Amino acid sequence: MGKKQLLRGNEAVGEAAVRAGCRFYFGYPITPQNELPEYMARRMPEVGGTFIQSESELSAINMVLGASVTGARAMTSSSSPGISLKQEGISFMAAMELPGVVVNIIRGGPGLGNIAPAQSDYFQATRGGGHGDYRTIVLAPASVQELADLTHDAFDLADRYRTPVVILADGMIGQMMEPVEFRKPVVDALPEKSWALRGARNRRSRFIRSLILDVDLEEEHNWKLYRKYQRIQNNEVRWDEFMTDDAATAVVAYGTAARIAKGAIIRAREKGIPAGLFRPVTLWPFPMKQLKRLAERLKTILVFEMSTGQMLEDVKLAVEGAAPVEFHGRPGGVIPTPAEVLRVISRVHGRAAKAKQDKPG
Amino acid sequence: MKAKERKRAHITINAEECKGCCACVEFCPEKQIGVSKKLNTRGYFPAAVNGVRQRCTGCAVCQVVCPEMAIVVVRDG
Amino acid sequence: MRKLEPRPATLKDAAFHYCAGCGHSIAHRVIAEVIHEMGIADRTIGVPPAGCAVLAYNYFDVDMTEAPHGRGAAVATGIKRAFPEGVVFTYQGDGDLAAIGTAEIIHAANRGERITAIFINNAVYGMTGGQMAPTTLLNMRTTTSPAGRDARREGYPIRVCELLAHFDGACYIERTAVNSPRNIRRTKKAVRKAFQTQIDDLGFSLVEILSPCPTNWKMKPMDAWKWIDEVMSVQYPIGVIKDTTGDTSDNAG
Repeated sequence: MGKKQLLRGNEAVGEAAVRAGCRFYFGYPITPQNELPEYMARRMPEVGGTFIQSESELSAINMVLGASVTGARAMTSSSSPGISLKQEGISFMAAMELPGVVVNIIRGGPGLGNIAPAQSDYFQATRGGGHGDYRTIVLAPASVQELADLTHDAFDLADRYRTPVVILADGMIGQMMEPVEFRKPVVDALPEKSWALRGARNRRSRFIRSLILDVDLEEEHNWKLYRKYQRIQNNEVRWDEFMTDDAATAVVAYGTAARIAKGAIIRAREKGIPAGLFRPVTLWPFPMKQLKRLAERLKTILVFEMSTGQMLEDVKLAVEGAAPVEFHGRPGGVIPTPAEVLRVISRVHGRAAKAKQDKPG
Repeated sequence: MKAKERKRAHITINAEECKGCCACVEFCPEKQIGVSKKLNTRGYFPAAVNGVRQRCTGCAVCQVVCPEMAIVVVRDG
Repeated sequence: MRKLEPRPATLKDAAFHYCAGCGHSIAHRVIAEVIHEMGIADRTIGVPPAGCAVLAYNYFDVDMTEAPHGRGAAVATGIKRAFPEGVVFTYQGDGDLAAIGTAEIIHAANRGERITAIFINNAVYGMTGGQMAPTTLLNMRTTTSPAGRDARREGYPIRVCELLAHFDGACYIERTAVNSPRNIRRTKKAVRKAFQTQIDDLGFSLVEILSPCPTNWKMKPMDAWKWIDEVMSVQYPIGVIKDTTGDTSDNAG
């Protein structure tokens, strides 16, 4: 058991990454994640690692690509507009099957938006974000402790599947301070990477590339990536449920929205509304089967996001009509209160109960 | 190496590898190389050594300028 | 009897796909010769561009990794920081380095990254069919400057060596060409010096190589080679632009 430390979310990412064996951080300042590059600027020299404040977010992801090519654990972070800049690099890393960790501390958007927390980058993160047929694993923590744990897991997942992993948090989680217990450092136990490039000593030279001009070979490569993504879907889904055993209405939410929803659900229960929370932790692979199973026992689902509705589409896909899906969203960096969400839960639950009443037979 | 010292040497040009850029023709100090009138199978008129009596000094300038590495220089001396 | 084989050990046994008289073929060979002669093949990592040389890994027999267009200097930075004992070079064209990759090359030079950039300047975008490049000369016709490059409309050609020499982290910068035996030999020396700069941990190095593109200049190969002497090298003077390595001997390395 380690000792608990009180840390800001952004800093917890940094410390967790260092303990996971990350020795290369490349990033560019953007609010609300600046504490992370600043933490890494102090911490990396302490562990013999490398910190570079790159000239842009675009450069940073390419530095991650380069370090990853040599087999190193490398990461970058940014917030929404900067993550847009990284999409090209992420697409290349997915195609080249390079591991790496990208942290997005989401802010209001689109465009320059604002610096308040939001969940408006769900599509960008879960649909690849860049060009081409690929996915990235997307992890969505709802507390600073979970942020630290998922950061550590991200490096393991990235190496295991040779793919970029995105940590999707929002400005609230990045900024808030909570107690964290970190895992033990694992530098000596890093996985071997037989594919990495460290000079052709005592072996033939090799190259890593994503350009495959022959269409048949490119198709083969795309199916290879597809099969990898299927393995990830079969093995790496994570989710959490709260009070769903006897729920009639379930809120589906992640990250900060899930925390707010939890508060609303506790109050709903006090008022006799059988509400529960289904919280995806992996946004990709999305817990499709698990949500469908739950939906079959529910009267209604309320998707709650700090956006105009992005995860909403995955919920509808997962549920396949097994229960009606309602939506409540607040975009632009607005942080709703549990009281507001409670009002929506009451309304939605009431509507579903009435619908059942009105149904013939 | 001066042209007058004329050590014995010769070159071979791989006609199939040559793309007829004529760099060797241009830069051979002894003007020993010309352009063949026979196409190679890739559609180029490759370079070819001129004349019956070779005045090749083995200077290897042709090899330095050949983009395709189609020329082997043999220094007999 | 001595047979001089033209192909260095560090070039794979593959015929170049480059056009007749193209500078890439010569540049590849010269770089491969230097890698072989310096005995660094087993710790060299190269980063090809997007451009005609995108398939450079089919030729160089060293570890190589693709980079997104223009990002070579950033990728090379990541590689070198993670593998400092390696010899890391980028091989970039005028679009890759002087257009889309301008920020990356400037900042790598400014940080004094211990990498070597080989900059193939042929004043045009070759692979994509002959569009204007930042290094296209004034009045030069390309597919996107069909009336000839006009300063008012399209700006001026960029002298990359002089631009990068400004940055204190840039240690060795030389401009050469591959259009004559003398220039080819100079290029080889420059590449060797640039790699040595990196190995000696002195800073960023770059060799700009004026390179003929007969196809897109719409010239016969030897006319293209002459054009470099007569026109191109007037805009882009050949020579050592910057050398703060402290060792100017020809036998460096």
